[in-house]
Parts: sequence; structure tokens; C-alpha cells
Amino acid sequence: MKRLTRWFSKNLIRIYAGLAFIYLFIPVLYTFIYSFNDSGKTNLIWKGFTFEKWSNPCGAPDICSALGNSFLIGFTSTFVSTVLGTLIAFALGRYKFRGRSTTNLLIFLPMATPEIVLGASLLTMFINFGFNTSLLTAIIAHVMFCISFVVVTVKARIASLDPRLEQAAMDLYANEWQTFRRVTFPLVLPGVAAAALLAFSLSFDDFIITNFTAGTVNTFPKFVYVAAGRGIPAQANVIGSAMFIIAVTVVILGQVLGNKRKSKVS
Amino acid sequence: MAVDASTSAKGDLILKNLTKTYGEFNAVDDLSLVIPKGSFFALLGPSGCGKTTTLRMIAGLEEPTSGTISVGTTDITDMKPYKRPVNTVFQNYALFPHLSIFENIAFGLRRRGVSDADVKAQVDKVLNLVELPQLAERKPNQLSGGQQQRIAVARAIVNRPALLLLDEPLGALDLKLRRQMQIELKWIQTEIGITFVHVTHDQEEAMTMADTIAVMNNGKIEQMGSPEDLYDSPRTSFVANFLGQSNLIPGTITGNDGDNLIIELFGNKVSVPKKRSSAHGTSVLVGIRPEKFRVAAEGKGATGNVLTGGVVSDVSYIGVSTQYQVEMPWGKELIVFEQNDDDEDFLRKGEKVTLSWEPVFSFVLDGSENASSGSH
Repeated sequence: MKRLTRWFSKNLIRIYAGLAFIYLFIPVLYTFIYSFNDSGKTNLIWKGFTFEKWSNPCGAPDICSALGNSFLIGFTSTFVSTVLGTLIAFALGRYKFRGRSTTNLLIFLPMATPEIVLGASLLTMFINFGFNTSLLTAIIAHVMFCISFVVVTVKARIASLDPRLEQAAMDLYANEWQTFRRVTFPLVLPGVAAAALLAFSLSFDDFIITNFTAGTVNTFPKFVYVAAGRGIPAQANVIGSAMFIIAVTVVILGQVLGNKRKSKVS
Repeated sequence: MAVDASTSAKGDLILKNLTKTYGEFNAVDDLSLVIPKGSFFALLGPSGCGKTTTLRMIAGLEEPTSGTISVGTTDITDMKPYKRPVNTVFQNYALFPHLSIFENIAFGLRRRGVSDADVKAQVDKVLNLVELPQLAERKPNQLSGGQQQRIAVARAIVNRPALLLLDEPLGALDLKLRRQMQIELKWIQTEIGITFVHVTHDQEEAMTMADTIAVMNNGKIEQMGSPEDLYDSPRTSFVANFLGQSNLIPGTITGNDGDNLIIELFGNKVSVPKKRSSAHGTSVLVGIRPEKFRVAAEGKGATGNVLTGGVVSDVSYIGVSTQYQVEMPWGKELIVFEQNDDDEDFLRKGEKVTLSWEPVFSFVLDGSENASSGSH
């Protein structure tokens, strides 16, 4: 009995971690397993194992055009919001100007506003200005809500940057542009990359605002939502699983490469 | 774009009426100074005295409110920092964390368009000079404090600037390493012959390394000279107290005796060489360094200048010397360091003593000086 308690208290943290991971990953695992389901129209009951959906992920009607639109909106709005957001972050983090603290506050506002409200009022605005909702309006909306997250992420990185490093660069014959390119930007880059990833994942799985602002343009979340009414095809599971695997692989690869570089030099 | 530091202005560093004001506060106040080419110059002073601001203005990181800075005949007052023939060793080194040690050192050379082969040769050479060639591929955060410090020096001197600025370069190191680096920096300076301007609040560090020290206080230079000059003939009480310790005793000049002044100190007549005096009137402060005093039991032979009637109020034995505090009849305590180099009687607390010293080992300040200014 005593030995059991000791074992338990020694491994408590592992047991806890294991349970947390199970809780987090059961839905993902479920998605993954059902991507191999030899299903028909709906994918709710296990009917047998098949590779068919993986070998033909575009098999379900419209699914790949919706996915393409999601990527297009995701990449474009990530690029635009990362560039604009990084510039805003530099302005807020580095310069004192009238209205800086107000800007700082307003930047947070879109994050705090319920998406459903944002989406509805964006739609009203587009209609009032005579815009037809389309791919373009969807991108504009996505850039808008991504910028806040980019600014916050990059600004944190800039704040942690030692201003003496830039002074040292200037002291070592680097002019303003060279200082930015050789010292400031490389040091802020991890923050910018994190911001871009965040922006992409926010944009890619956004349903609410997209539903209001994309008009007839179909995106992957919209496709899944609509399909849910009559049965989600297993291809949706294939695409979801594939994206998960790609993301995890990228992260692991980054870790491994980082460790390799570290162990090489020390 | 950027000037080649090796061919640009060389010569003395000349600061003329340099002033930096922050609102109402004069950080640097009408400072004029010539630092000769090739010298090891220290700006010494307590924090807030304006020494770092002066350094940053020379580097171009701070804009003077008025006044000029020139190197030789070239006025660099309005030059961008990257156009100045000046490099800096920053207080916490400011090594670029994302670049290898090699690239850190190569940074200045590359910005000036030096060819890859020359960059390699020069970086290798300077890495050998600081004795860390094996660290070229490391990142700064993998180095110890002392190694980072040496790399920071290497990164600056590889550019062969006309002027190397050191901003409290040893502040982050422990005492033993600091001593070692003091000797090393002095050696490097002699080896490469670049003018070093060294900012520090540590008087020992300044005295170990510098040929010339300027003691700064409240944005002004109190006194400038060789370490010996400043120590033996301070002209203000601030310098007398900031550089080492001093006993400053108020007195009155009562006459002359050849090259000496005769001064009365609470009834004791003492003499001090005239050349050691910076007094304007007859009211003066006589300064004696604690180690220049001789202390003896009352009635025993005392020669030279003599102060009688002291009582030992405290004794601390610290190995190389014994420190006495001696209470004088006028109520002030004097500090005396006595070397433990003979078998003279060890004096005890409460014992009556006579203090004496040779006239050449004292100095005279003007009586208007605040005797406690600059004390630690």
C-alpha cells in the first residue's frame, strides 16, 4: 500500500500530463481515424478501413475549390497583416507621437469585440459602401482582425530588444538601413514569424466573419459547416488530418534543427 | 558610404565647450578637453557626473546641446555615429546575439566593404590578440562574462579606429577577473597604440590603466593629470576624497619659510611645500593621506610636522597594515594607516599618541572647499 502511494506521488505529474494530452488529442485522433472510414455520404458510423479518401482528397464535390479559397485568403491576409502589423508595432514600440497610447488601446479593440458583431457590422459597412461581398471583402475583413494579433506579438518582441544592440551596430559603421537589416530585423524575426503563423491559423479557420463577408465564395470552414447539415464527407477528415500532420512535422523539424545547431557549437 | 576608419581623421581628440542639457539639468557643463593621440585616458567620477554622457556624445549616440568635438582637424560634432572614426566597447558588451563571434567581430569590417579574405585575416588576427581563436563559431550567449568582454574589445579594435571608447567595460566582472582584464586592456592599448577613452567610477581601475585621468563632478572636470599628480597634489577636496582617502584639517597660513608655507593647525605649526598649495587666501585645508602619517605613543620621538594630543579611538588590523582612528583635541577623528613592517608597539584603544609626517607628503587646499565633498 505504502509502495503504491509512493509510486503514485512520484508519478503524479506524469499521470496528470498523460490525462491532459488524452483530453486534448482524442478529437484529433478521432478525426484521423475517421479519415480512413469507408463511408458514403456521411461519416458518422465506422464502416470499414480504406485508403480511398486519402488517395483522392478532392473526391467530394467543391471541397478542393473551397480549400483553395481558404489558402488564398489565408496567405494573402497573413502577408498583408504581417507587413502592416509589424510596421505598426515598430511605430508603437519605438517612437513617441501624439495619440500613441490611444492607438495602443484601439489596437486591442478588435480582439475584444465578439466576432459575430464584427462580421455583421462589416457586412453592413460593405453594403453601405456599395461593395459586393467577394474574395476581396473577405480578405479585407481577415486582414483587419489579424492585424491586432500581429501588432501585439511583434511589439512584445521589440520591447524585449536591447537598444544598445542597434547603437552598437551604428557604432560599427552600419547606417540606418543596414542596422535594421542586419541587427534589428533578424532579432525581431522570430516574433514576426510567430505572428504570421498566428495570423494564418486565425484566418484559415475563421467561419463567422467569413460567412458574413465572403458572399458566395466558399471556404473550407464554410464547406464543412454547410456539409454538416447533410453529412460531412470523410475527405474533410483527410484534409484536417493532413494539416495537423504538416503542422506537427514543421514544429518537430524546427526543434530538431535548432537542437542540432546548438549541439554543434557547444 | 561609411568612412574607412583607418584612413580618416587621426590625431588628438578635442572637446570644446561641450554642453549637454536635459531640461534644467546640465549633464555636461561647458567641458573643454584635449586627449592626446595614443594615450590611455580615463574619465573618472561618481554616477551622474556626466562622464557617460560625454562618452556617448563622442560616439555620436547623444547630440550635444552646444560645443564641438573634433578628431585632429576634422570636426565630427554633427557626424552620424557610423561615419565617425570611433568605436565603443559597451557597458554590457552589446554583442549581437544572433551572430557568431566571428561575424560579430567582422561586422564593422563588412559594413566598410572589406573583402572576405581580408575580413578573415583581420578577424583571426584580433581573435589571437585576445587569445580566444577557438571561440570563432560560438554564439555570444555561450561565452563567459570575461570572454564576452574580450570579444567586445576585439570587435571594436579590429576596425583600427582613431579612438576607442570604453564605457565601464569591466563593471560586470568579478574582482579577480577585473584585475586581470585591467592589465590585459592596458597591454592591448600599448600593443596597438590606439587612443583609449575609458569611463569608470572605480578610482583604482582608472589609476591602474590610465596615463591621464580627468576627475569629473557635476558635469565639469575637477582636475586632470597623471595618477600620481592627482593623488599627491589634489587641488579640490572632491579629488582628494574621491581618489583614495584624505584627512583634511582646517588651518591658517601664518607665514613663509623659503619654499614652504607655515600653517597653524589648532595650535600646531606645520610646514607644507608651496608648490603643493592651491589656496587663494590664508584660510586653508591641509591634506594628509592616511598612509603618510606616522603614529607613536605620546612623548616618543616625532620629526617633521607634528600634531599632538591624539587619542586612539579605534584599531583595526587588516594584515598589510593597521588602521587607526585617532581623535584629536579639536574633536575630529583622523585616519591613519600604519604598515605592519616593524616591531613597533601595537597601539591600543584609548592610548595617547602623537601624529607626525614629512612636509612633502601633504598638500594644501583653499579653505572654501567643503572638506567632505567626494568622500566615499
